[in-house]
Amino acid sequence: MPYDESDVLVYDSRRAPEAPDKHLRATSEAAWVRRSLIGIAVAFMLLVLVLPLALVFTEAFKKGFGVFLESLADRHALAAIRLTLLVAAIAVPLNLVFGVAAAWAIAKFEFKGKAFLTTLIDLPFSVSPVVSGLVYVLLFGAQGLLGPWLQANNIEIIFAVPGIVLATVFVTFPFVARELIPLMQAQGSGDEEAALSLGASGWQAFWRVTLPNIKWGLLYGVLLCNARAMGEFGAVAVVSGHIRGKTTTMPLHIEILYNEYNFAAAFAVASLLAMLALVTLVIKAVLEFRFGEELAATRRH
Amino acid sequence: MAVPLTRSTPLRTDARPAAGGWGFVKPSVIPGFGVTFGYALTYLSLIVLIPIAALFLKAASISPERLLEIATDERTLRALITSFGSSLLAALVNVVFGVIIAWVLVRYKFPGKRVLDAIVDLPFALPTAVAGIALSALYAPKGWIGSLFSPKGPLNLWIDAQLWLPEWIRAVEINFKIAYTPTGIVVALIFIGLPFVVRTVQPVLEEFEQELEEAAATLGANRWQTITRVILPRLTPAVLTGFALAFARAVGEYGSVIFIAGNIPYVSEIAPLLIIIRLEEFDQPAAATVAAIMLVIAFLMLLVINLIQAWSRRRFDDAV
Amino acid sequence: MEIRVQNVRKEFSRYPALHDVSLGIRSGELIALLGPSGSGKTTLLRLIAGLETPTAGQIFFGDEDASSKSVQERNVGFVFQAYALFRNMTILENISFGLKVRPRATRPPKAEIRRRALELLDLVQLGGLDKRYPQQLSGGQRQRVALARALAIEPGVLLLDEPFGALDAQVRKELRKWLREIHDRTGHTTVFVTHDQEEALELADRLVVMSQGAIEQVGTPDEVYDRPNSPFVFGFIGESSSLPVEIENNEVWSGGRAIGLPASDIAAGPAQLWFRPHDVELVEDGAALAGVVVASRRVGGTRRVELEIGGDRQRVEVDLPFDHPAGEKTRIAFRPRRWRLYPAKG
Repeated sequence: MPYDESDVLVYDSRRAPEAPDKHLRATSEAAWVRRSLIGIAVAFMLLVLVLPLALVFTEAFKKGFGVFLESLADRHALAAIRLTLLVAAIAVPLNLVFGVAAAWAIAKFEFKGKAFLTTLIDLPFSVSPVVSGLVYVLLFGAQGLLGPWLQANNIEIIFAVPGIVLATVFVTFPFVARELIPLMQAQGSGDEEAALSLGASGWQAFWRVTLPNIKWGLLYGVLLCNARAMGEFGAVAVVSGHIRGKTTTMPLHIEILYNEYNFAAAFAVASLLAMLALVTLVIKAVLEFRFGEELAATRRH
Repeated sequence: MAVPLTRSTPLRTDARPAAGGWGFVKPSVIPGFGVTFGYALTYLSLIVLIPIAALFLKAASISPERLLEIATDERTLRALITSFGSSLLAALVNVVFGVIIAWVLVRYKFPGKRVLDAIVDLPFALPTAVAGIALSALYAPKGWIGSLFSPKGPLNLWIDAQLWLPEWIRAVEINFKIAYTPTGIVVALIFIGLPFVVRTVQPVLEEFEQELEEAAATLGANRWQTITRVILPRLTPAVLTGFALAFARAVGEYGSVIFIAGNIPYVSEIAPLLIIIRLEEFDQPAAATVAAIMLVIAFLMLLVINLIQAWSRRRFDDAV
Repeated sequence: MEIRVQNVRKEFSRYPALHDVSLGIRSGELIALLGPSGSGKTTLLRLIAGLETPTAGQIFFGDEDASSKSVQERNVGFVFQAYALFRNMTILENISFGLKVRPRATRPPKAEIRRRALELLDLVQLGGLDKRYPQQLSGGQRQRVALARALAIEPGVLLLDEPFGALDAQVRKELRKWLREIHDRTGHTTVFVTHDQEEALELADRLVVMSQGAIEQVGTPDEVYDRPNSPFVFGFIGESSSLPVEIENNEVWSGGRAIGLPASDIAAGPAQLWFRPHDVELVEDGAALAGVVVASRRVGGTRRVELEIGGDRQRVEVDLPFDHPAGEKTRIAFRPRRWRLYPAKG
């Protein structure tokens, strides 16, 4: 929808501007309405969002920094941290490759059944994490479909690390794809076609043209994928068997500690994950602030 | 103003139907379809399709009578009702406050707005177990909020101090328990569902043309009329989508809820927990049945969301 | 209704949009605010509508000071450039909107609202489309609905912000004629903003030529075209050529020679000569402007040539008869038939 440039210096008539004289805008609410709404919104957010977060850190350090460190240095805690990192280190790259491949196929080509593919990709978001774990138990568990075969060959999936990795991969694979697909769709194939016409091979076009274009979306997708991979609880709980020291990830370890009423330790480990969440949010905010406009501009036609 | 990177709504592809006589895929100069599509499909098959098939196979391996028995078993029904009822309530609360929050974040300026805007995503980023123990500790009888409503808590003390109230009122002891009750479940589900509504409504509000409001004003509408007749109707698809997303997520939620719920069978037991309990009882068929029911409902929710999006595109000429 | 803008100034937080603007709009006239980007014309329109408030100055609707009234109270019919139709309502509901939101006391009964809306729909020649939604209409149709919606509230003044800017040329031409017809029929005071001088010249009873937040000239199309009172107006309206000259002895001099144009009413010294390319006569000899052809192109039924004049190679355009034998480097001597002189700026 073209609009006249005549007053582009004065205001952009298509977006609600930050009115310099707030109360003089012809189309804004009375001051008391504004203040009440802000008050309600802020109060709600503080209550629902900030308070739990604050509690995590308060409880973690309640008994002092010494206890905090002890909880983390505990041998089971360390094992849990190691396992969590290991699982993330496997799941995230796998999902990264998948996300890029799926986004490439979906964004650059027209094919039948595309809608089906994208629905599949969205599936983990609608499925309970417990169900996500359950399907693997039903497949690889002792009474599962492949159970006998696995036992015969001495392969352990359920109640072992591979199972945890699988379940985590299931739950987190959409993140990278979901970031990249709209982004690449909005960017179109023009750049790649130009590269090809200049003699680049498919790979070169991807590395030199596509990748730089999508790097921020990719980074953000990876961040989310990682945060979720390290924090996944329900699916892993089903698949892991809760064997302390061997198949407990950090979230499971937190559960065990909490159920033992060992609150300080539980919140200590929890605070690590909470800090990871905060870092993710901060990076997201920074990315959005600096590159959101760019990305949004490519999304609008 | 920055535009959020997250898409909390389902993916939508402008998939055009096969026209012009091409076979499966439209020929293109861009290489790599075979590799990428093949890899993606293989990956999805291994990770998603086959395991889910296993689920339905397992459920199918049970005799129909047993299937029905499990499905209509009192405990199963109760668990499903608890899950769906709490999710519904939580999603409704999130709609009301989510719209207000989205409005405030888009239209007003106040100190700390950017920080609050970022915090809206906390439930997305925070591991469910962490949220679970935090909420449980918060609303437990001795917790920061739970203690407000406990017998010796501030609320009761304050009422006792109101000497102008009749004796019999002051004698009543308020003991509003949140943690370990169904109320606690709703509270936890409100936490995890909030970003879905806010992040779905925000972009629509941000893109909302100021001219529409100005037009309404020049035509004589006061602020309330403009909001209710012009702005809110345009938000309806986004609100519906946000509601459906929050609801769908809440139904399957485990980690955030498991600590604050009482987990008492028939009373405050959620469906995912029942699945786990059945698994631990080595009753895989039962677990599979409950899971299959939840999966079917999840598919339905996805369908509903897609329908809403299609409807809104037709009606308003743009998607949510 | 007559409108008076008095010494209005408007500043946005970093940017002054209007400096001391005064204007009188007569009741029932169709007046155009014309100017390039940044001239302040849309700001002025929005100030009249009440969508912005002036930093200083006043606006009177009739005898009343409008600053005491909110947008809703001013009873202006505003037609936006991008139509701003409510997409969640049908065409009929859009048109009826202004009547439906009236307070109970002044609201007409439902049947009456419907009747009036349908009447207006017929007026804008869209009868039968009442149940459609805006997305189902073309750009030109949407613009007409926007106008009908504004007319429904029986406004004291109609304000149109670049109403045809988003339409293609053919539709624009049709709608221009149609707008003039509607105006003649309904007699509303109408103010419209445009950057297209052709449109303004064709439609308006009077034009207000604006530049950089100030009014350059107010007049009828003829006045503004034939007697522009500043170089800006001369250059903005119609086609023009200009040349720096010297005024000596009440005559115009260029390149050290008198060119046969008298110059009274202007002080001696440097000045700028403005004329229109088609308003020149070719001269064989005698005092004239002389230049060498450097470029030539066909415009309609004539040949427009670019001439390089004088030692400092000033360039002007003049129109020659289509079959004139001039080629590159030909020497052409001419004198403008009509011209204006403005003192050179320091």
